[in-house]
Amino acid sequence: MKAYRIAALVERDMRKFLRSPALMVASMIFPLVQLIVLGYAFGGRVRNVRVALVDEDHGSEALRVREGLAALRAGPRTLQLVDYPNLPAAVADLRRGRVRAIVHLPLDYSRRLRHGDRPRIVFIEDNTDRFLASELIDRLTQFTAELNGPVTPPPLPSAVSLDVVELYPYVEYIQYLLPGSIAMAIFVVAMIGGGITFIDDRARGLHEGYLVTPVERAELVLGLNLAGTIKGLMAGMVITIIGGLIAGIPELWEPVRLLYLAAVCGVASLAMISLMFLTMVRVSDPLVPRAVFGVLNTLLFFPSGAIYPIEGFPAWLRWISVVDPFTYTVHALRTLLLKHSGLPAIGRDLLVLGGMSIVLLTASVALFRRQV
Amino acid sequence: MTAAIEVERLRKVFGSFVAVDDVSFTVAQGEIFGLLGPNGAGKTTLIRMLTTLLPPTAGTARVAGWDIVRQPERVRQAIGVIPQALTSDPELTAEENLLLHAKLYGVPAHERRQRMEELLAAVDLTRFRNELVRNFSGGMRRRLEVARGLMHRPRILFLDEPTTGLDPASRSHVWEMIRRLRSEHQLTIVLTTHYMEEADRLCDRVAIMDQGSLKALDTPARLKASIPGHDIVEGEFEQPPPDWPEALARLDDVVEVQHRDGVFRLLSHNGARTVAALMELARQRQLVVRRVHVQSTSLDDVFLYYTGRALRDEVQRAAFDIGYLYR
Repeated sequence: MKAYRIAALVERDMRKFLRSPALMVASMIFPLVQLIVLGYAFGGRVRNVRVALVDEDHGSEALRVREGLAALRAGPRTLQLVDYPNLPAAVADLRRGRVRAIVHLPLDYSRRLRHGDRPRIVFIEDNTDRFLASELIDRLTQFTAELNGPVTPPPLPSAVSLDVVELYPYVEYIQYLLPGSIAMAIFVVAMIGGGITFIDDRARGLHEGYLVTPVERAELVLGLNLAGTIKGLMAGMVITIIGGLIAGIPELWEPVRLLYLAAVCGVASLAMISLMFLTMVRVSDPLVPRAVFGVLNTLLFFPSGAIYPIEGFPAWLRWISVVDPFTYTVHALRTLLLKHSGLPAIGRDLLVLGGMSIVLLTASVALFRRQV
Repeated sequence: MTAAIEVERLRKVFGSFVAVDDVSFTVAQGEIFGLLGPNGAGKTTLIRMLTTLLPPTAGTARVAGWDIVRQPERVRQAIGVIPQALTSDPELTAEENLLLHAKLYGVPAHERRQRMEELLAAVDLTRFRNELVRNFSGGMRRRLEVARGLMHRPRILFLDEPTTGLDPASRSHVWEMIRRLRSEHQLTIVLTTHYMEEADRLCDRVAIMDQGSLKALDTPARLKASIPGHDIVEGEFEQPPPDWPEALARLDDVVEVQHRDGVFRLLSHNGARTVAALMELARQRQLVVRRVHVQSTSLDDVFLYYTGRALRDEVQRAAFDIGYLYR
């Protein structure tokens, strides 16, 4: 194996990469759009939800509830109250989607409250939208707790209470998503630069031009993968910086952490490009990498814990996450970006990704055909 | 002087299809050797085996003295290959393509530039050295491929259909270049073609290949002399009688008569005399002559003689296949 041949192949890829910014831009736009749209779509608070209020009580206590709900509207602007004369009209509009929930104060609400006879506020939800419903229930539970506030008896001395301590400052959802977006940028580079371009070059006959030279197959495999790694590292770091600025990661420019981030991006790129290369090592139809793009994306991105915790997966899905390079990439990046931990916390991820790369590359060299 | 290439009973089978069937020949050093045949004749498969891109099913060959099966690395270092597909990288410039290739062959850094200058001049691309190959015409790309194949100073150059898809001007440009390179670099050149004219004008020796095997091998002149007659007289007649072929065969100087689709082809030692005799015979038999055509034997006739099929028909049939390579 000759280093100068590997260097020549890397040089070729880098020249092409730097000459056409299309790959760089394509690899960044997808993850950035995903980061921004998902980050703001899921991370924001629910606002201006139209909620029907059916007040059959009209008593003084009902007025308190109404005032409280109005405060929710004025403050965090969660609700937009719409008065309905009776329950059937409100339910009909709930079914039609004109309102998203109903707050119903029954006829005897004030009376029961005064007599201490288990007063009830009824909340009717549209449970087809679980996210919105649970958000509203959270709000209203908090609201009823406030209504009860002063009369809550002090806890018994023997009752167990749970004290919650938050280890890190409040993490916005967009920050939680950022590691996944960085991994996605690396994946897109691996997919386009490693999968699609590789097969296109093969289909165009460019490979034949290399195969007639004395270049060995290990040199070809390593050269192409090394070039892909450099491209992935570049894309990963660009998204780390841009995404970090957008998501407002504190102390983004801390040099030691940047160094660790680069190390993670580099090893992750090598692992993903090796995985892609092995997948494509015997493929010659240019349609194949395009067709598997979406499948691989879903199969690798979602089980990685990038947007939902792995602990919530069924067993079979967890197994995918175990062999998924995204998992270790996202874990390492999240550890660095959100927790600001050092090398010991990401050491295992780096080792796993490095080990995966070695296995995948060895298999690629073995399977690569030095023939046309 | 030892042979540049010795091919011994080389055979390649894909599944049940025999692409190259028991082919043997020798190419002398400094020779321009042509493999002539239609698409699908096995030319490219043969070249791919000789350039170590495909392992043979049986038989072997020595290229530049090295065994293609046991010493493929040695073979690769000794040969330059210009495959049928254009393999230069369109997103790189002419210079970058040449330098990359030189690096893959381990050409020392101080020699790369100098060789590149020489070869760019030789293929007349010096002006376009910093142009992206994407913007090159078909002829320019082909010339660049040739330059690239020579960057490591190979002793043997393989060209797979070097002029397919080129216009006549570019084609003669490539021919001229190949001849010049041969004399300047003491190269042995093996090329495949399905153009008769190319084989005739460019090659020292031509092997006629069809359906996987060699049908004939000699210099173009001797190949032409090898078929009976020196001239071909072609004629078409209105309602020729059943005994017409026999009648024609009895004419003076006629060696052989072939009959296909109403066209009679007479191989003759003397075309002019045969035509005169033919016209006289037709007048006697009161036969209307639609067309008479005389030509001296071409390699096309040689191909027809040895394979029983006209090459131009084969080429035309394959024209669609070839077209896609040069889109």
